[in-house]
Amino acid sequence: MTAFVIRRFLGMIAVLFAVSILVFLIFIIVPGGDPASRIAGKHPTPQNVVNIKKKWGFDKPFYVQYYEMMKKVGTGLLPGNHSQYDVLRSFDDQTNVVHEIKKGMPATFSLTIGAGLIWLFWGVMVGVLSAITAGRLADRLITIVALVGISMPVFWLGIITRYFLAEKPSHPWFPDGGYVPLTASPWEWYKHLILPWFVLAVLFIGFYGRVLRSNILDTINEDYVRTARAKGLTPRRVLAKHVLRNSLIPVVTLFGLDFAAVLGGGAILTETVFELHGVGFYAAERVGALDLPPIMGVTLYGAFFIVLFSAIIDILYAFLDPRIRPA
Amino acid sequence: MAEPATDFTLDTAQVLAEEEHGASIVGRSPWYLAWRRLRRNYIAFIALFVFVVIAVACSLAPIYAHHIAHTAPNATHTEDIVNGKQVLSAPVIGTDAQGNVVVEKAGGVLGPTWWHAHGRFVLGADGLGRDVAVRLLYGGLNSLKIGIGSALICVMVAVLLALLAGFYGGWVDWIITRSFDLIWAFPVLLLAIALGSALSINGFHHFGISISPHSLWIPTLVISYVYVPYVGRPLRGQILSLREKEFIEAAIGQGASPLRIMFSDLLPNVASTALVFFTLIIANNILTEAGLSFLGAGVQPPNPSWGTVIQEGQERIISAPWLTLAPGIAIVLTVLSLNIFGDGLRDALDPRAKVRVEH
Repeated sequence: MTAFVIRRFLGMIAVLFAVSILVFLIFIIVPGGDPASRIAGKHPTPQNVVNIKKKWGFDKPFYVQYYEMMKKVGTGLLPGNHSQYDVLRSFDDQTNVVHEIKKGMPATFSLTIGAGLIWLFWGVMVGVLSAITAGRLADRLITIVALVGISMPVFWLGIITRYFLAEKPSHPWFPDGGYVPLTASPWEWYKHLILPWFVLAVLFIGFYGRVLRSNILDTINEDYVRTARAKGLTPRRVLAKHVLRNSLIPVVTLFGLDFAAVLGGGAILTETVFELHGVGFYAAERVGALDLPPIMGVTLYGAFFIVLFSAIIDILYAFLDPRIRPA
Repeated sequence: MAEPATDFTLDTAQVLAEEEHGASIVGRSPWYLAWRRLRRNYIAFIALFVFVVIAVACSLAPIYAHHIAHTAPNATHTEDIVNGKQVLSAPVIGTDAQGNVVVEKAGGVLGPTWWHAHGRFVLGADGLGRDVAVRLLYGGLNSLKIGIGSALICVMVAVLLALLAGFYGGWVDWIITRSFDLIWAFPVLLLAIALGSALSINGFHHFGISISPHSLWIPTLVISYVYVPYVGRPLRGQILSLREKEFIEAAIGQGASPLRIMFSDLLPNVASTALVFFTLIIANNILTEAGLSFLGAGVQPPNPSWGTVIQEGQERIISAPWLTLAPGIAIVLTVLSLNIFGDGLRDALDPRAKVRVEH
């Protein structure tokens, strides 16, 4: 078991390494993305550009550049004050990328945790309700609503709900975008986040509901469920103890990965629409300017969460189910 | 409850049928059986009909839109008078150095005319005095091109990789699954945005391929790239288990070439799954395209797509909500119809669909 955990974590580091190289290559291969001329401003002299190339290390071979960049990421993560040349900085305004990501984390975490709880709870509710009423009117209605939920562009839903519930002068029930730190005012924090939570959750609720419904319907025909029913257990007990336990496994996997993706700045659209200054918002803001270091930073940050959570899920499975454990 | 087990063999059934009808049983292909199941699903057909109507309306827009609305998707009509109202009823601030009229940016725009203007500005005008209905049709054409094109590329590449990985196994499988893992490790939208915005600066000019930055190929290829592992992984799993089946062993024993085994033995067995994936991934890709274009990393303005139309309308949502509502409804209708049809297709093609639960 210990060997499996160690191997899984080594694999995780290898994937992160490959991710960082891929991101670096995407931006190196991009033509016309010469960062030196962008840093130099609007009317640079050739000498100016050459100097900047030297100072930032753009004249070096790309593997050296890659090494330096990763060293800067590492330095930025260490506590203490660093010289501005030792940390990863934006090409545009030369801010410290690691700091900016750290600044965005409270908003992103608040969004993710709230929305995650909502979508897990309602996703399971929708799935169970439509499975136990399978084939009847309630199931049809729930299925259609879930389908509409996954067919809506999340940013459009965000704009529309923001317009009808926050911006319209006739009923400004919610604050109009923005993020208030929990430490500043818990009530305002909650009021600002409730719309983004639900908007982000809608897609996942529909998706999880559908997955869980078909899982439950598959499980219900298993022999052990028939046995449980035959020995006289109440339908409620059969559902909760025998069916749901097994049908929830794929949903838990999905939840782990989706939660990690949103935690890693994947809710770019929701954060942008509601002007939550989180990690995803930061990425969206910088991506237009082709500002390599912030994108590199956010992508690594996001990949870190996804890789970490999938490793944790694998280990949890191996722990719970001996069949998965490799010999 | 599952259906009661009936342990007849093909022989006895044939004999029975001959006794009853005086004719033997007709052999029917799985595709025909699936079609028979699909035929009964009216909801799926209604959904398909809605999608076809939208697709035809959008793809024929270059032929008919001009004759009805008398304008091109990118033409501005700020000064025109429609129904006695100016399209962009903004207070005139003055004239600039070139003698052009300068109007206030926050001015009101023409609302939906609902055919009172004989086909002009049916859904109103946007902030630049362009006909929203026309932009919606042309935008839909772009969105559908990207959605369908990227789904086609994505599924084809995924099937090919899954066949290679599943058939050869070993290091081929290792490389392919590791590269799936690599793409999987990114938040999808983040990767798509990084690629899309990087490529929209100067286009792509490597390896003898040249794509201009405004080409629709950029969002198409980016979207198909990021979803390959999501289609490829389940397909690879299926092929891995098929690979162990006796009929593959038999084919190898007969000396069939790898290509023959992959394309005429393995491929037909995953074709139905790939078809379902294709339908559902079109829906998914239309949504992704809208998101990318909304963030400026997809279709580049002034070229319309449903995502860019929403993005352009968003800043006027207070005074002109139809600019945002109309393209959004178009997306929801299209994606919903594809999802419903894809569900129906899966139920028809998936043998497990016969399992019905009764309480």
